[in-house]
Amino acid sequence: MSLLDVQNVSKRFGGLAALTDISFVCNKGEILGIIGPNGAGKTTLFNVINGFYPPSAGEVFFNGEKISSLKPHKICARGIARTFQVVRPLQRMTVLDNVIASAFIRATTKAKATETANEVLQFAGLYDDRALVSKGLPLGKRKRLEIARALATRPEMVLLDESFAGLNPTEINEQIEIVRKIRDKGITILIIEHHMKVIMSISDRIVVLNYGKQIAEGTPAEISRNPVVIEAYLGEEHRA
Amino acid sequence: MKKLLLGLLILFLLLLPFLGLSSYIMHVLILVIMWSIIGMAWNVLGGYTGQVSFGHAAFFGVGAYTAGLLYYHLGMSAWWGIPICVVVLTAVSLVVGYICLRLRGAYFALATLALGEVCRVAAENMVWFTQGNLGILIKERTWIGKTWYYYVILLLAAGSYLLIKKVMESKLGYYFVAIREDQDAAESLGIDTTFYKTIALCISGVLTGIAGAFYMNYMGYIDPGIVFSLSDISILTVMVVMVGGVATFGGPTMGALIMVFLAEIVRSTPKIGAAHQTIFGILLILIIIFLPNGVVGDFRKIVKFFKPKRTRA
Repeated sequence: MSLLDVQNVSKRFGGLAALTDISFVCNKGEILGIIGPNGAGKTTLFNVINGFYPPSAGEVFFNGEKISSLKPHKICARGIARTFQVVRPLQRMTVLDNVIASAFIRATTKAKATETANEVLQFAGLYDDRALVSKGLPLGKRKRLEIARALATRPEMVLLDESFAGLNPTEINEQIEIVRKIRDKGITILIIEHHMKVIMSISDRIVVLNYGKQIAEGTPAEISRNPVVIEAYLGEEHRA
Repeated sequence: MKKLLLGLLILFLLLLPFLGLSSYIMHVLILVIMWSIIGMAWNVLGGYTGQVSFGHAAFFGVGAYTAGLLYYHLGMSAWWGIPICVVVLTAVSLVVGYICLRLRGAYFALATLALGEVCRVAAENMVWFTQGNLGILIKERTWIGKTWYYYVILLLAAGSYLLIKKVMESKLGYYFVAIREDQDAAESLGIDTTFYKTIALCISGVLTGIAGAFYMNYMGYIDPGIVFSLSDISILTVMVVMVGGVATFGGPTMGALIMVFLAEIVRSTPKIGAAHQTIFGILLILIIIFLPNGVVGDFRKIVKFFKPKRTRA
C-alpha cells in the first residue's frame, strides 16, 4: 500500500527547473533511497514533500490525502518528520529540551513530552548526553539528535537528508543500526544519501535523480546495473 | 536557602515604604519596578522568541492612552484602564502580529520601529480623540503619597513575573525558544511559528500596555511625545533587557534597576546631564562588547573580573 504518492511534481525557481515531472510512490514500511549527483534536486524534493516549497506543478499525497501546499507544521502533524542535511539543532537548548520541544506536538502535558523525549533519546543513544547544550555536540551526535527530534513527533514517515554525511566508519555503522531500528518500529523512511555502500545495503528501492529529472527507479541490484545511472552517477567501477 | 532568600526579598519589598525613604527615592523605585515589567514583557518577544522589537512604545502608549481616554471621554476612573487595556492590547497585538510577524529578523525590527512612530504621529494628529500634543491630564489624583502606587506596581510586577515564569516552563516556552533558535526547523517539527509568535506578541504587548496604563494613573499626565517616545520608551526598553540579560528571568529587573538609577544620576549631574543619551549609547556599546549576555547572563564574568588574579604556580 502506498503511503506517500508523489505525482508529476515540478519545482522551478525563476528560470531554473530544480525538479521536472517527478513521480514515485513510497510504500508503507519501506526504506526508499534517493540518490543523485550534487544539485540533482534531492533536497528540493524533500522541501516540497515537507512543505517548505509548494510544487510549481504536480501533487503530493500522503495516506491518500493531498498534502502539497500545506504548511510544514501541518504536514508534520499529519505524520511526516524530517532531518536536515546541514544539522539544525536548537543550539542554545539542551539535547533533552530540543527533543521535548518537538514531542509537544503530540503530548498534552510536559510530563508526557518529557517521557517521549527520554524514550526517543534512549533509542537514539543520546540519553547520557541529554543535559548537554546541543551546540557542543560532535557532528555524529548532532545527526542523531536530528533523528531523535524527528522521531519525537511520532511520525509515520521520516525524511532523512544525508544523515550519514561526514560520519566516520564507526558512526556510520551505529547510524545504520538506528535507521534499521526505525524501520522495525514500522516507520517508513525516505532517505537521501551519497554513501553508496550504505544506500545499497539499507534501501528496499531507490529513485535516482539527475539535473532535476528522475532517471531511474528500482531495487538496488537493478539500479547498480542500469547503464544510465552508471553514466550519470555511479561511474564505471560500480558495474558489476 | 533559596526559598529563605526569596521570602526575605518579598518581605523587604513589602516593608520598603515603611523605611521612611524620601518621596523622590520612592518615585525612582516605582519607575524601576514599572520598567522591569516592560523589560520582562519585551523579553518574552525579543529575548525568548527572538523577535526583536524597536516599537514597544506603541504598546506602552496605547495602554496609557486607553486609561487616559476612558477617563477623559467616559469619565471613568483611569484605573479601569488596566483591565480594559488587556482587551485593547490583545486586539492591537493581533493586528500588528498579522502585519509584522510575517517578516523576519531585521525587517520585523524595522516594521516595529515604524509602528511606534506611526502611533506617535497618529496620537499627535487625532486631536478630536486624543487632544493631540495638549496631552491628557487627570485632575483628581487617587493618592497623594507614593506608598499605594508602589504596592500597585509591585503587585503588577509580581503577577507579570509569575505569568511569564509559568508560560516559559510550559509548551509555549519551549516553542518560543525553538522559534528563536531556528524558525524553519521549528516549523518542520510541527510548530505553527506564525501562531506562536503572535501569542508571544500578545503576552508582550498586553503586559507593556498594563505598565502604560499604570503610568497614566501614576504620573497623571501623558502626551504623545512622552508615551510613544522612540528613545525614551522603545530604545530604553531594549536597553533595559540588554543591560540586564536577554532571555533571563532576572535580567529585566536588574536592567531596570541599573538603567533607571543611572538615568536619574546622569540627568541630575551638572554639565553632562544633557548628554545622557550619548552616555547611554556608549554604555550599550560597552555592554554588547564585554557582557553580551547582560549583567545577569554574564554574572560570572563580572565576578571573575573583580576577583584578585591568582598567580600561576
